[in-house]
Amino acid sequence: MSQPVQAPVAPPGLRPDQVERRLRERFPDVPFRRQEGAAVRDHTLYLPADRLVEVCTFLRDDPALAFAMLMSVSGVDLLPSEPRFEVVYHLLSLTHNSRFVLKVQVPEAKPRVPSVSGLWPTANWHEREAYDFYGILFDGHPDLTRILLPDDWEGWPLRKDSPLGYTEVAFTHNTPGRTVPAPDLTELAPKKVKYRAH
Amino acid sequence: MLRPGAEGGLIVADQKVENPFRVLPAPPPGTPVAAPAAARGLGDPEQALREEVERGVLFTTAGGMINWAVNQSRANAIWPLGFGLACCAIEMMAIVGPRFDISRFGAEVFRASPRQADLMIVAGRVSIKMAPVVRQLYDQMPDPKWVISMGACASCGGVFNNYAIVQGVDKIVPVDVYVPGCPPRPEALIHGIMKLQEKILASPVEVGTLTFQPLKKKRKGVA
Amino acid sequence: MTLNMGPQHPSTHGVLRVVLELDGETVVKAKPIIGYLHTGMEKQAEYKTYTQSIPQTDRMDYLAPMSNNLALCLAAEKLVGIAAPARAQAIRVLLTELTRISAHCVWLGTHALDIGAMTVFFYCFREREKVLSIYDQVCGARMTASYFRVGGLSSDIPAGFLDRCQKFVDEMPAHTDEYEKLLSKNPIWLARTKGVASLSAKDAVALGATGPILRGSGVRWDLRKAQPYCDYDRYDFDVPVGSVGDAYDRYAVRVQEIRQSTRIAGQAIARIREMGEKGEYRLRDFKYVVPPKEEVKTSMEALIHHFKIVAHGFFPPVGEAYQAIEAPKGELGFYFVSDGTPRPWRMKVRSPSFVNLQALPSMIEGRLVADVITAIGSLDIVLGEIDR
Repeated sequence: MSQPVQAPVAPPGLRPDQVERRLRERFPDVPFRRQEGAAVRDHTLYLPADRLVEVCTFLRDDPALAFAMLMSVSGVDLLPSEPRFEVVYHLLSLTHNSRFVLKVQVPEAKPRVPSVSGLWPTANWHEREAYDFYGILFDGHPDLTRILLPDDWEGWPLRKDSPLGYTEVAFTHNTPGRTVPAPDLTELAPKKVKYRAH
Repeated sequence: MLRPGAEGGLIVADQKVENPFRVLPAPPPGTPVAAPAAARGLGDPEQALREEVERGVLFTTAGGMINWAVNQSRANAIWPLGFGLACCAIEMMAIVGPRFDISRFGAEVFRASPRQADLMIVAGRVSIKMAPVVRQLYDQMPDPKWVISMGACASCGGVFNNYAIVQGVDKIVPVDVYVPGCPPRPEALIHGIMKLQEKILASPVEVGTLTFQPLKKKRKGVA
Repeated sequence: MTLNMGPQHPSTHGVLRVVLELDGETVVKAKPIIGYLHTGMEKQAEYKTYTQSIPQTDRMDYLAPMSNNLALCLAAEKLVGIAAPARAQAIRVLLTELTRISAHCVWLGTHALDIGAMTVFFYCFREREKVLSIYDQVCGARMTASYFRVGGLSSDIPAGFLDRCQKFVDEMPAHTDEYEKLLSKNPIWLARTKGVASLSAKDAVALGATGPILRGSGVRWDLRKAQPYCDYDRYDFDVPVGSVGDAYDRYAVRVQEIRQSTRIAGQAIARIREMGEKGEYRLRDFKYVVPPKEEVKTSMEALIHHFKIVAHGFFPPVGEAYQAIEAPKGELGFYFVSDGTPRPWRMKVRSPSFVNLQALPSMIEGRLVADVITAIGSLDIVLGEIDR
């Protein structure tokens, strides 16, 4: 029988719903939307791309929130849903020992998101990776070039319509005219080994 | 007239000398000479002499000798290129460590520069970005050079059959020995290096325009 | 002058390329170029079940394979909503701390080798071999372990395993003393690492550095204490923190971490002995976790569950989860997006070395070329993790 999952002991100070409340107070006009789902284990807010930098600046600089660390920026391809891409920001507050997740939805027709590398320099390579894998463009990024794939690679490998690139391995069952050679067992006969005391 | 024979031996005076022992000069007078073999109660004197000589003298062809000497030096002092790519590199470092000592085989000197290395152990997965670099390093190595493909990823792509990994480094460079494993145990890599040593000992040696073949030895089960 | 520290270099700890612009011996600008080991693991994970991705994680940070396994298993367990039993958690902690010791040993050996202290390399690899023998005993493989599973472990620990671990834990402090005796007060080591490759706390936080780099710069942050997983709050250990953020501080932090890991491992062994040398090692939730083999051979339901989970994979709920652990290199996080099928829709790995390497330019710009080697060494990067 499955044990009920114990929610990790919430550290004192800052809970994610308090963060959301503070954000909504500060930005009443921004249409935040909580991601629904029982199995969405981290408190996640959707926000529009054009307000991203403002909200992130507040999250980083407000002393009650102090999300000083950006842990990761991930792209997700939700083909065939529209909008196709999501960019997920995982934030960490050291002073309040709290995590928070922001998401920006990115349509395929115009895959542009403002860059947060001005706020958190660590976002530089994360955004390059999201660009490399999905083709999402980050406005204001100092050096948006491919990072993991060769510079002349064509295509966005992690998109759902890009192939895995699986190379068919030749076996006898899928290569016509190929037979298994009869094994010559004389070569495999055990050799008599003389052991010497060293 | 001396000219090289078909197997690298020397032929004296345009005809093969039947019994080379006849050309030995007579011993100077006064040299103590053993009593004739028949008087000593031994068998055929020529047979006895032959056995005596064979115990202490090695007969071979000059080319075989050169091949043996050169190949032994090459095999027992292979200097690998320090070329670890991924996880297999750690097992390659482990053979330098004290437990599996590669120094016993003369190969502990991992050269940093390909121009000074004999052996490229491709240890790890070769990604598409790294492939031209592997080829360039191989081209920079001077002859004679060998390549050991260490691990499943270098041999055939391994666990990773996708867009990013070259399915086998033999698509880029010619490989002499494949060492399977993920990663191969250090003992397996040492076994691969020993197999390479056997291969080196069995390979011909080129000196200028001459090619010296190895002495043929009957060996079971070795390619 | 532009100098290319190419992908093949004895001191770059893998296939890292750094393009340096030099003015004499001073580094004016440094640009790390990565991707020479890109393996497409995140794409490949979308074609494999969660359990099939566990061996892939071994090949990410290949110096600490069990840490990576742990991170994936914890993230998948968080997504599904299960937790491994306490005994399995204790065994996980034991093996993860041994992994940390082994990873730091390799780091110390190679870092010292780059700087010139060759003896330390041989000593550290000797210790590492003992940890690898322990791995070998428990799961059959020296390095690429894949021992943990979602819901627990793949098999129970063998007889004699705890005694062997205890022996290692008893011997390790003396070996750590040896390393310190060779390096900590060595004038050459001090000259090469004190004041070299400094990173201030503010920069470390802004650049997202975690692990010994963050702690070396003076920030008191360790996920095992702050956001404990695997019952880490039940273990008694200290977290070493540096002050200046130079290479020497990071070295000191890591050597102290070896000592603390030895301590935790000793406590873990005692806990496991309390709970029984043989016992529960996997959660008994057969919707997600494979039943024990003995039951599979006797019970029809267990057989069907086994078949479904092995042949098809378990079906997590539709949702997402991010779980991070304190790996030897820093914060290693796995972010799963699940669509309800046995294969994850997206697996994103937040690898510590990928982020830590971004700190390299700020550490070495304005410094001498020889310090580049020290900086790269003290960053403790693993290219398998950076390039995935």
